[in-house]
Amino acid sequence: MTSAQDGPAQGQEQGRSEYGVALFLGAIGVLVVVSALLLPESRISRGPVGPAAVPVVVGGLLVVVAAFLAVDVARGGRGEPESGEDVELGAGSDWRTILLLAASFAANALLIESLGWVFSGAILFWGSAFALGSRHYVRDAVIAFALSIGSFYLFALGLGTVLPPGILRGIL
Amino acid sequence: MDAFGSLVEGFGTALTPTNLAFALLGVLLGTAIGVLPGIGPAMAVALLLPLTRGLDVTTALIMFAGIYYGGMYGGSTTSILLNTPGESASVVTAVEGNKMARAGRAAQALATAAIGSFVAGTIATLLLALLAPTVADLAIEVSPADMFAVMALAFIAVTSVLGSSRIRGLASLGLGLTIGLIGIDATSGQQRLTFGVPELADGIDVVVVAIGLFAVGEALWTAAHLRRRPVDVIPVGSPRMSRSDWSRSWKPWLRGTAIGFPFGAVPAGGAEIPTFLSYVTEKRLSKHPEEFGRGAIEGVAGPEATNNASAAGGLVPLLTLGIPTTATAAVMLAAIQSYGIEPGPQLFDSEPELVWGLIASLFIGNAALLVLNLPLAPVWARLLRIPRSYLYAGILFFASLGAYAANANTFDLFLLLVIGALGMMMRRYGLPLLPAIIGVILGPYAEAELRQALQISNGDLGGLIDPMSVVVYVIIALVLLFPIVRRVLPRKAHVPVLDEAVHELEEAHAHHGATTAVAVERHVGERHVDGGRAGERPAGERRDRAPGDPPPGS
Repeated sequence: MTSAQDGPAQGQEQGRSEYGVALFLGAIGVLVVVSALLLPESRISRGPVGPAAVPVVVGGLLVVVAAFLAVDVARGGRGEPESGEDVELGAGSDWRTILLLAASFAANALLIESLGWVFSGAILFWGSAFALGSRHYVRDAVIAFALSIGSFYLFALGLGTVLPPGILRGIL
Repeated sequence: MDAFGSLVEGFGTALTPTNLAFALLGVLLGTAIGVLPGIGPAMAVALLLPLTRGLDVTTALIMFAGIYYGGMYGGSTTSILLNTPGESASVVTAVEGNKMARAGRAAQALATAAIGSFVAGTIATLLLALLAPTVADLAIEVSPADMFAVMALAFIAVTSVLGSSRIRGLASLGLGLTIGLIGIDATSGQQRLTFGVPELADGIDVVVVAIGLFAVGEALWTAAHLRRRPVDVIPVGSPRMSRSDWSRSWKPWLRGTAIGFPFGAVPAGGAEIPTFLSYVTEKRLSKHPEEFGRGAIEGVAGPEATNNASAAGGLVPLLTLGIPTTATAAVMLAAIQSYGIEPGPQLFDSEPELVWGLIASLFIGNAALLVLNLPLAPVWARLLRIPRSYLYAGILFFASLGAYAANANTFDLFLLLVIGALGMMMRRYGLPLLPAIIGVILGPYAEAELRQALQISNGDLGGLIDPMSVVVYVIIALVLLFPIVRRVLPRKAHVPVLDEAVHELEEAHAHHGATTAVAVERHVGERHVDGGRAGERPAGERRDRAPGDPPPGS
């Protein structure tokens, strides 16, 4: 959703990051086209249309779209941020929360195989709740472990999928 | 095959204790998840995708259908009882519904939404049962060239949604198609866009893409802009309606069904346009136009019925062509594919038990929704008070769980975070998610059909042209070129109701997007473009509306 004439400072600030989106699209488009053209000649390829044809078209589409988007932004078009029940637009993004969430998320990904899902999942939940402003440390921890242990058994018994037990191997 | 005979057999499938239990579970889960702020039906189905690994395909789809309908209904509860609207399809419901709730008529608003959803859902499912086999019979004849054309139409149509930026829709489509390209090319065996990473050789699992875009992206985006003030939930008793509420509601229900079903059945970008269309229609036909904007029951009854009817309509292209028109349908298609079942026209012949069991369970789910939701409304209202820190921490927790359980691979968790970041960026810059997920899911199929068509014609591009595909390409050209065609058309060709709907749609967007960064004014050219798109389907739309329109004076 587009177009706005804002206060000059705010508009410029927003506009610059919108050009970033166009740049991102264009870069991906070029990447897709180049990597398609670099594909080696296939020996088992069947049919007249090779594996490069569609990527070239898709990459080309992205490059063209990026150019049009840049023109749209230059003419004052702006993307409409998505609204929602819990979303309050107006202030800038809360990067501290995002970074804390991403850290909890990455901690789970790094620890899931060594520590096991029960701990890594609990860390993920507890860390996310903390990032989002919950300060009931003990209650959060109890909920976190209840969820991770409960989901471990639900998956093991209900679906036959065993999540990594980690250091609790043999105990769970 | 006789549709009614098959439907009876479908009920045989749906009424087995296991399937019935999962249908009810789906409806309950769907409603609960739909009521929770920030979670729409698409995210609900995406998060529950991994659960299907342990279920039989028919049972899993029956549960998903319950979630689909339940989620639609749950969203309306949120928009009526909370003072901020949620997903796009329930924006209109929030306009009148929230006003009604504030005026102490929350119970009536919830009742007309629930009963209207039931009426619309039942009629629309019946239409689906009657129409789908015929469409599938016609579609079974199509060649790869035609199928490619239809998929191209789906791509173009979902990006050209009324009242939104086309260029951003195309950008989103391009991103989705790119993600779909990653992995080993099935025809030549060559790796594309894998950059030597072995985990990417099999492509990115659609489950990871869906969870990343819908769940992680949503949680991150909301977290970045979390409303820290306590929410204002309007208390509610048991839903009920007076005699005058009934007499003001039944016609909007029927009209809403007639508007919603055909719009859901064509790939034109979901429930937002038809719900606005229904709202404007009711406003025009109402005997109490002065109540609109202050809590008119017709303004809840019509759009809610439309919403559900379009959900059922969306299953027509999904089951007959394998082409999703909404984000939720796209994720359901991914679920069908994960069982190795090829969606498409042959589905009715190859998997009759699945298709008819699914359709029958829609009837059951609909009835269950009505029975559950009227008495449970106060319980659902309590869900709205869940602490937001737990809600979004829980979404991230279940997202990680689901993505990991799909392939037991840590790499997928990092991929999930990257796709989540992409989803957040798309929400920030107004890139719609629907074209992206459709691109990821349909892209590989479209490429396969294209290459098959060109293989048949031995590389001659003329092989893409036959009578049916020409018709489809003409429609695509019309959709693409409409802004230009529009200027040539005489002013009379504008359909006033549609123009007004587009206007309301833009106002609503302008209202909700009204931040310091996004002002509301549009330049004239843009409005013209959008107005142009409005006149696109005048004849068909009118014809389709006629059956549900009660004769004047009845």
